[in-house]
Amino acid sequence: MLTRRSFIISAIVLAATLIAPGLRAAELPKVVASFSILGDIVHEVGGNRIAITTLVGPDGDAHVYQPTPADARAVADARLVVVNGLGFEGWLDRLVSAAGYKGSIAVATEGLSAIKSEEDEDHDGDHAKADDDEDHEHHRHGEFDPHAWQSIANVRIYVANIVKALTSMDPVGAKTYESNAARYLAELDALDNEIRSAIATLPRDRRKVVTSHDAFGYFAHEYGIEFLAPVGMSTESEASAGDVAKLIRQIKNDHIYAVFVENISDRRLLDQIAKETDANIGGTLYSDALSSSDGPANTYLKMMRHNYRTLTGALNIM
Amino acid sequence: MIYDQLIGPFVEFSFMRRALIGCLALALGATPIGVFLTLRRMSLTGDAMAHAILPGAAVGYLVAGLSLGAMTLGGIVAGLTVAILAGLVARTTIAREDASLAAFYLISLAAGVLIVSMRGSNVDLLHVLFGTVLALNDDAIRLIAGIATVTVVLLTVFYRPLVMECVDPGFLRSVSRLSPVAHYGFLVLAVLNLVGGFHALGTLMAVGIMILPAAAARFWVQNVGGLIIVGSVSAFLCSATGLLLSYHINLPSGPAIILTAGLFYVVSLAIGVYSAPMARLRSTRHLEA
Repeated sequence: MLTRRSFIISAIVLAATLIAPGLRAAELPKVVASFSILGDIVHEVGGNRIAITTLVGPDGDAHVYQPTPADARAVADARLVVVNGLGFEGWLDRLVSAAGYKGSIAVATEGLSAIKSEEDEDHDGDHAKADDDEDHEHHRHGEFDPHAWQSIANVRIYVANIVKALTSMDPVGAKTYESNAARYLAELDALDNEIRSAIATLPRDRRKVVTSHDAFGYFAHEYGIEFLAPVGMSTESEASAGDVAKLIRQIKNDHIYAVFVENISDRRLLDQIAKETDANIGGTLYSDALSSSDGPANTYLKMMRHNYRTLTGALNIM
Repeated sequence: MIYDQLIGPFVEFSFMRRALIGCLALALGATPIGVFLTLRRMSLTGDAMAHAILPGAAVGYLVAGLSLGAMTLGGIVAGLTVAILAGLVARTTIAREDASLAAFYLISLAAGVLIVSMRGSNVDLLHVLFGTVLALNDDAIRLIAGIATVTVVLLTVFYRPLVMECVDPGFLRSVSRLSPVAHYGFLVLAVLNLVGGFHALGTLMAVGIMILPAAAARFWVQNVGGLIIVGSVSAFLCSATGLLLSYHINLPSGPAIILTAGLFYVVSLAIGVYSAPMARLRSTRHLEA
């Protein structure tokens, strides 16, 4: 019954529900990370002092990501945005300006010595190529290889940069961030040793692998396994027949018999290559994104562990 | 040396041979359809229908991943639905055929992109749009070859009504009951070939292999049979050339094929037997009283 009293009561209740959010106790500062791997690392350092949102989720390809309005909203509400840098997130500048974000952007790869974009095959220098008289410069997405997280040494720099960024956003939590980082760095060190000793058990001539795109340059550089791919540094480019032919020839010449599919790439081309060279699909590697939460690689540590075990597992059997 | 450059790649690599076979099947099946599309002034309709199959393939992809069967079936259903709906809307409302087809194909394209984005990462969308002629597996080749066979057989059987339909549909309607069969059967064949081409070259370029060689052939011959032959032969040669370019100078394969066909079109435009410059150069007999 619409009496004057009920009207006043409902007006008060309505006003209360509208004002209440403003009266809530201080919420956790919102931090936005550009993609899943970075999001996991920021989460490890920030712990439960921050509320983190990730833009490019699990199994997502940040090279070709199309931001949504929800992303723009998340960025606009954020106190801090953490990105990889080195040209990985080509879409970020437009998103930031579209969202009207005026806060600070932390670049995780700052101060890192990046590998230049170049033909992966030239890495070790002792690699004899049968008839490679043309050295093609593929179109690269930017001057540097952005996949720096594939080397744990680089992730230590990521952690340091993230600690700095979180501390300047929230100085009160400095101690917490430091101790979280110290704990995480210890875990990273342990993993690094694990990887090195596992790879040391592989015979030298078995340390070659084929995968979908050139995402493992830093891993190759750091841990000494050679990665070959038909598609270059960014998944945006389409494979040409020449690239595929060169790869097949190399696989046959070097007796590489394990091919690895990536979680973000189209596996049809890799299937075709595997069939033509009698290679086996050695498993799935996680290059640019974590797996979904029920997958084997839903944190950075699990991802690296899964990757190295898949690699050494297949290469040992060969 | 010539052998090394032209034949060598195909001898050495199985994926090159498979790509070539896929393109041969497309040249035999899709290009004759393209000839009829250009004769009936339905070239842009063909383009629109190519985009219309995207949501069907996308739904198939959503249900079963990059599965050939699911995406093919979905594509066929979507293509036929749009073709029939567009015609229906044109006949029963005040909308004209071209506007209604444009409306439906734009809706389909957006729906298709949305559906693919919902499920996978954007990499998959790119491959759906651009296809992978270098990665045709056995099932894909069987599909494309099967579609080509069906097309060749049906085009042979229905050759006369189809030609008549292109030239004088009213006459055909008056003398034969085969007119609707010819019209709708042709649309079904067109959708089938677009779906086949879609697996090899993707949405954006499947229609290229259909229309470009057919349009170019028009400048070399003037009878329907000739158009079909010149169209198919040139489609195959352009595909082979495109694949060789992709091999030797590292161009992406799908665009290389379509751009070669495009180049052939431009050349035909300029120096084909029936092109404008050539027509001028031929001496014409003046009407004399």
